Amino acid sequence: MIKFARPFVIITGFLLVWQVLVYITDAPPYILPAPLAVFQALFLRFETLTNHAGITLLEIVLGFLIGSLLGCCSALFLATIKSARDWLTPILVITQSLPVFALAPILVLWLGYGLPSKVAMAVLIIYFPVTAAFYDGLRRTPKDWQALAQVMGAKPLAFLIHVRIPLALPALSSGLRVAMATAPIGAIVGEWVGSSEGLGYLMLHANGRMQIDLMFAALLILSVMAVTLYLTTDYLLNKLLQYLSLDDHKTR
Amino acid sequence: MPCTAHDIHIRNFYLSYQERQIFNDFSLKLKGGKWNVLLGRSGVGKSSLLKAIAGLIPPSSYQGTIKAQDGSFLSGHISWMTQDALLLPWLNVLQNVLIGNKLRQLSGTDAISKEKAKSLLADLGLEAYLDMKPDNLSGGMRQRTALARTLLENHPIVLLDEPFSALDAITRSEMHDLTARYLTNKTVVMITHDPLEALKLADRIYVLKGPAIASAEALTPSAKPPRDIKNELLLEEHDILINQLSDTQALS
Repeated sequence: MIKFARPFVIITGFLLVWQVLVYITDAPPYILPAPLAVFQALFLRFETLTNHAGITLLEIVLGFLIGSLLGCCSALFLATIKSARDWLTPILVITQSLPVFALAPILVLWLGYGLPSKVAMAVLIIYFPVTAAFYDGLRRTPKDWQALAQVMGAKPLAFLIHVRIPLALPALSSGLRVAMATAPIGAIVGEWVGSSEGLGYLMLHANGRMQIDLMFAALLILSVMAVTLYLTTDYLLNKLLQYLSLDDHKTR
Repeated sequence: MPCTAHDIHIRNFYLSYQERQIFNDFSLKLKGGKWNVLLGRSGVGKSSLLKAIAGLIPPSSYQGTIKAQDGSFLSGHISWMTQDALLLPWLNVLQNVLIGNKLRQLSGTDAISKEKAKSLLADLGLEAYLDMKPDNLSGGMRQRTALARTLLENHPIVLLDEPFSALDAITRSEMHDLTARYLTNKTVVMITHDPLEALKLADRIYVLKGPAIASAEALTPSAKPPRDIKNELLLEEHDILINQLSDTQALS
């Protein structure tokens, strides 16, 4: 019971603190609008908000799918081809140490104001954690299993598919969780740098016109969306691992 | 193929591990079709020897030869069983036992038949558990599944790497009898640190003593295995083995 009530208590408490803060500081609505004003904006501009949210959602989901897929491919590539490791690792480190935000203007320049530049942003952010996590999992195939496979005369590809990849799934799923949590950053940054639609665009636009209540409403929708996406991913991954009896990192 | 032909000849075996000489001009002839036990204290290097026999240590990293009596290599004639049953948690008992088919990408007549696997599992008392996943099995059942997998490989040489040391006393005793029965006429090389286990199962016991093992003291227990461990003669031999083991310093 408490478990179900907890989120509502937290949200109510948060709204209450917000309202009290507005009341005490007497902040003007263009600095901190009251919760009610935000909900009003949410209600009045609901269609605009959902339209923009749809675009952002699409960017996030596409970015997540493409980024994860690329990450998995690179990890498999790294784990199976020895010389690939020496060549790809520096590239991976460079893509990660370079602030992705700095690349955003270039991506917009190359890929235009539309969807592709935002998806590319999200992909760049997601790619590294997925690759690193999955590769790490693939490298940690238990020594005893490697020995057994060798004695049994296992074909490397069959061993990869039937043993190493499944055993690496718990590691991959941590990577995917991180990816899902960071994917919205990519999409929003992309929209800030240059776009004509999406929640990031709407927020900048509203900010410029002093429609701070609309900005907050967009922020609210964005957080609900991000949290829902994360929790759904987390739930599905847990179900998958449970189905494969791989939860709690059981390997025997 | 007559199993007795599978003597294992270890000649002039030198092996170092992390700058430490483990084997120093070690030669040993393990009898084909018999149960050979390598007895030694923890860390003495018996696992390394077994790995070398299994072909898990590349011949380039040791000196000497490990070959069959006729000079042929042993690889492809060996199956291997360890303390950890090494079952894949997402596969059921039957699928785990047949994993060799998947790993070697065999199908049709080359593959191990399902019927053969089922009847062996039934013999081992696992008939009711064919569809169970390893997490739901007891340690003894898991080890019996591993034994079934090992037996279905149908190789004349079976290497046992302390396969019973994680089991409770009663399960261990049951596994001793079962394994002894099913591995009759195979060339068995088992390593253990338990003199009693060695005396119960071995046709011949080799005591490995460090540092830098140059030779092994051999003991042929009286009577035929598996022996009753309450036998007085066996207890005398137990004392002999304990003395042999303890008059050297263990290395770790």
